[in-house]
Amino acid sequence: MFDIERWQEIFDTIRKNKLRTFLTGLSVASGIFILVILLGFGQGMQNGVEHEFKEDATTSIWAWPGVTSKEFKGLNPGRRIQFINENFETASSMFNDVIEYESPRIFVRDVNVNYGKEALVYSIQGVSSDFQFIEGPVMREGRFINYQDEVSIGKVAIIGNKIKKDVFTDVDSPLGEFIDISGIPFKIVGVFGEMRDREEERIYIPITTAQRVFNGGNRINNMSFTLPPVENFDEAVAQAVDFKKNLRTYLQQAHTVAPDDNGAMEVWSAMEEAKRYYGLTGNIKIFFWFVGICTIIAGVVGVSNIMLIVVRERTREIGIRKALGAKPWSIVGMILQESIFVTAISGFTGLIFSMGLLEIVGPNVEVDYVVNPSVSFNVAFSTVLVLILAGTLAGFVPAWRAAKVQVVESLKDE
Amino acid sequence: MIEIKDLHKSYKMGSNSLHVLKGINFKADAGELVAIMGSSGSGKSTLLNILGMLDGADSGEYTLDGVPIKDLSETKAAQYRNKFLGFVFQSFNLINYKSALENVALPLYYQGVPRRERQEKALHYLEKVGLKEWATHLPSELSGGQKQRVAIARAMAAEPKVLLADEPTGALDSTTSYEVMDLIQKINDEGNTILVVTHEEDIAHMCKRIVHLKDGVIVEDKKVKQVRADQYV
Repeated sequence: MFDIERWQEIFDTIRKNKLRTFLTGLSVASGIFILVILLGFGQGMQNGVEHEFKEDATTSIWAWPGVTSKEFKGLNPGRRIQFINENFETASSMFNDVIEYESPRIFVRDVNVNYGKEALVYSIQGVSSDFQFIEGPVMREGRFINYQDEVSIGKVAIIGNKIKKDVFTDVDSPLGEFIDISGIPFKIVGVFGEMRDREEERIYIPITTAQRVFNGGNRINNMSFTLPPVENFDEAVAQAVDFKKNLRTYLQQAHTVAPDDNGAMEVWSAMEEAKRYYGLTGNIKIFFWFVGICTIIAGVVGVSNIMLIVVRERTREIGIRKALGAKPWSIVGMILQESIFVTAISGFTGLIFSMGLLEIVGPNVEVDYVVNPSVSFNVAFSTVLVLILAGTLAGFVPAWRAAKVQVVESLKDE
Repeated sequence: MIEIKDLHKSYKMGSNSLHVLKGINFKADAGELVAIMGSSGSGKSTLLNILGMLDGADSGEYTLDGVPIKDLSETKAAQYRNKFLGFVFQSFNLINYKSALENVALPLYYQGVPRRERQEKALHYLEKVGLKEWATHLPSELSGGQKQRVAIARAMAAEPKVLLADEPTGALDSTTSYEVMDLIQKINDEGNTILVVTHEEDIAHMCKRIVHLKDGVIVEDKKVKQVRADQYV
């Protein structure tokens, strides 16, 4: 390995077989290049899928009303349930010890929204200050609704980033601008961003304002809670299921609904969805492992094939060297040392190029279900090692056979 | 120098085996120049391969310079080949990406001779075969006769005890053949033992002794009066 004479012999061979060396190197380098790019995109797709599912706070629990479907205590089926402030407040105090954040919500309908002369067709929702932590809109500018707004029935609005982009093109920042909702001016105090455009087309106002100004009375459309995070996933699910059941029981009693009437109201827990989603990502991981392994196998076959061809081409040379008194090991060792050298150099060149490309292009990829395609250096590095090892093995067998048995054959006249 | 007794060799060809050498007895002293003749299939190439330790015999004894050649490990065989034998082939078998000088220096590399000394020695042997000016040329830039002379220089560079030439003139025209034979005769004059496998009568008569092989046995072994090749050159 550290024999200078042998390295001289190897560099001699490489120098005098530039084309062969170049072609071998090129095919190995491009093989590894493609492999790493594929692995990177596999990772990117995995990131993308996870990203699509991982949005709203996962411990959140939502309740919204429906229509009764069963007769109960003398009440007819087909009755529309309406939640009111009292329901929310009672639930809030009943479950005070397990709730982290809480917010009622009201959808404001049939109102005209104007900014200057422009009519805006966006939905308006009345929420409380905690809502920011439940649905998780990220503030881009300004602030969210705060407690003070709720108490003082403040006429403030938080708009989505898309609305800012669509409407407020003339001003640097929409903060401090006023929009008219049913003729009442609301001051914009914040801009939020969401992951989906659709969720950015919303205007949030304080729930108290929504109820007072738009004749909401004490009605609310739905209510949402989050539970404090728990380390253990199964415990978190159990906690969510427990809370869900208690909340449903309370709401059913408060509205005189049969305990088995599922249509009257819906209580939904993100945790249970998350459980399904975690199962899904598990499957996706397995799938991408499978794809990755298949890609590596393809790479191994490719590199091994190149090695086979190189050794086949040198069979005669092996025979000559043997006739001149070379020991089988020294011939095979030299040819493999040369191959490993060429493969390693070109392999790592391909690795550097492909990782560089992923590094530069990766973060800029904006396609659904593909997010930041990248590959961990360790994975890529070991991939290259696996390919070199496989190529060496593939080259070793025919080289050894040629050196061991086929001297007479290889020297025969062709 | 070389002594073989009752040598047998057969090859497996699918289900049936082909008996190629059927008991060869042969002895060659130091300084001999022996031609081994025979039609194709007579077993002469097989005999040469066994003499060259490129192939093993099934049974029989083979002694080279007093050393019994039997059940050698690959490594041992390689050492003996390097020390005792020089090969010249019909198709020259030069390594095509190496210059004439590097080809000649190659057996010295396997003897562990340092680079500088290798090149000096190789150049000396190239000069001996009259190709000093062609030292840096690749085999593809040489004529057939020149290639064979490089191959002979390569075989001699290791200073072997026996030179084995397998149809050394088989790929050459007659004038070039005589030039090569002239070289072989001169090397023999210096006291080297040489075995030449050939099927050409005139080439055989340029040796000192002719051994006829037929169907795996020696049918004739006679000393001849050597025809000097230089008279044709």
